[in-house]
Amino acid sequence: MRLLTHNMLSSNIKGVTNGFPLKIEAEKVVEKEVDMNTDFLKNIFSKIEWKPFVEAAKTLGFSELPEDADSSLLDSHEFLTKFHHALLEIHLEEGALVCPETERKFPVSKGIPNMLLHEDEV
Amino acid sequence: MAARPELQAPPEIFYDQSEARKYTSSSRIIDIQAKLSERALELLALPDDGVPRLLLDIGCGSGLSGETLSENGHQWIGLDISEAMLDVAVEREVEGDLLLADMGQGLGFRAGVIDGAISISAVQWLCNADKSSHEPRLRLKAFFGSLYRSLARGARAVLQVYPQNVAQRELILGSAMRAGFAGGVVVDYPHSSKSRKEYLVLTCGPPSLNAAVPNAKGEDGMSCSEDDSSGDEENQTVTISDRNRPRKKRKLDKKSKGKDWVLRKKEQLRRKGSSVPADTKYTARKRKSRF
Ligand SMILES: C[S@@+](CC[C@H](N)C(=O)[O-])C[C@H]1O[C@@H](n2cnc3c(N)ncnc32)[C@H](O)[C@@H]1O
Repeated sequence: MRLLTHNMLSSNIKGVTNGFPLKIEAEKVVEKEVDMNTDFLKNIFSKIEWKPFVEAAKTLGFSELPEDADSSLLDSHEFLTKFHHALLEIHLEEGALVCPETERKFPVSKGIPNMLLHEDEV
Repeated sequence: MAARPELQAPPEIFYDQSEARKYTSSSRIIDIQAKLSERALELLALPDDGVPRLLLDIGCGSGLSGETLSENGHQWIGLDISEAMLDVAVEREVEGDLLLADMGQGLGFRAGVIDGAISISAVQWLCNADKSSHEPRLRLKAFFGSLYRSLARGARAVLQVYPQNVAQRELILGSAMRAGFAGGVVVDYPHSSKSRKEYLVLTCGPPSLNAAVPNAKGEDGMSCSEDDSSGDEENQTVTISDRNRPRKKRKLDKKSKGKDWVLRKKEQLRRKGSSVPADTKYTARKRKSRF
């Protein structure tokens, strides 16, 4: 799972009012290179919750993102390169996502978060 | 003919390792998944600006459908309830992110962040109650409600489905409409029992003026008639599309006058006092031609 997905995911447990952002427990992180597409980055930027994104990247060992970002940065190649790397190239391979309200853990294995709920959580 | 998979076992059991294998070994399955997902992507009608979008693949399975999204440059998140299917997707090194999740429990995404969703042959699974706690209506409601919330306004979801019967189609479509979606059903190859394929084309928010939006017919916007003879010129190309043949209205079969006609005739005869067989479900049914 990449941080793109982490930034969109929220805990879906019944009764939870603010399930975003899920905390990350990282056991294994891998990096995979992908081609950079600036159109995609510029388009998705407005949908990214920046603070949680920066926090998540740090948890996965990448701390080069600026603490604050606005769309004027999208003209900077240096910024785009970092944004691209953090968003699409770092994968949480093993570990867990943790619901911020209930502390319920969603295990991540082989890069796949298990988001299945128990019957009493639906 | 083999029984419908939905009637054999819950999806996470049916799509076991050996079933999942077929998604790497059967060229027929691979070919079908590719065709269906290409068509679904086409029906999504994303802006033609070359910008890659963030899409969902619901019931992404082995990632064949997702590969179509990647080939077209898009980023995607796939979710599926079957671990065995997702394992195949991992093996295939798909470019999208994968989630083990049950769409019937609702999708856990933030509001308005997804640019479009496709689903290939998966949503009809929600019509089955595989556990005592499963109530198809509630699961469909959770699914469509959460899908609606996660989509950006004006975004579309294109769901290729195999409803078992009319009631299931209505159940699925009705749940989508109650969640706020506008849209209807697009049927490809409606005249072929083998290649006939149904796509629910749903738009989040008010229906756009885009001519490609399949206009739903009927006052509640729910029932999209698939009956050719009722299609008026404005609605027909969008509600139903037949990619094979030029459209023509269904010709009235000269020999059979239809059930209504038979029932009316019988009523007339009854009023005249003749003895007429009772009306049953067999009345005016199609009969095999004999030689
Ligand atoms: C015909 S397969 C589609 C395969 C996929 N398009 C591919 O490229 O491999 C249908 C998929 O829907 C999934 N499915 C069925 N019910 C589901 C549910 N409630 N939630 C998530 N996925 C489900 C099945 O596990 C299966 O992988």
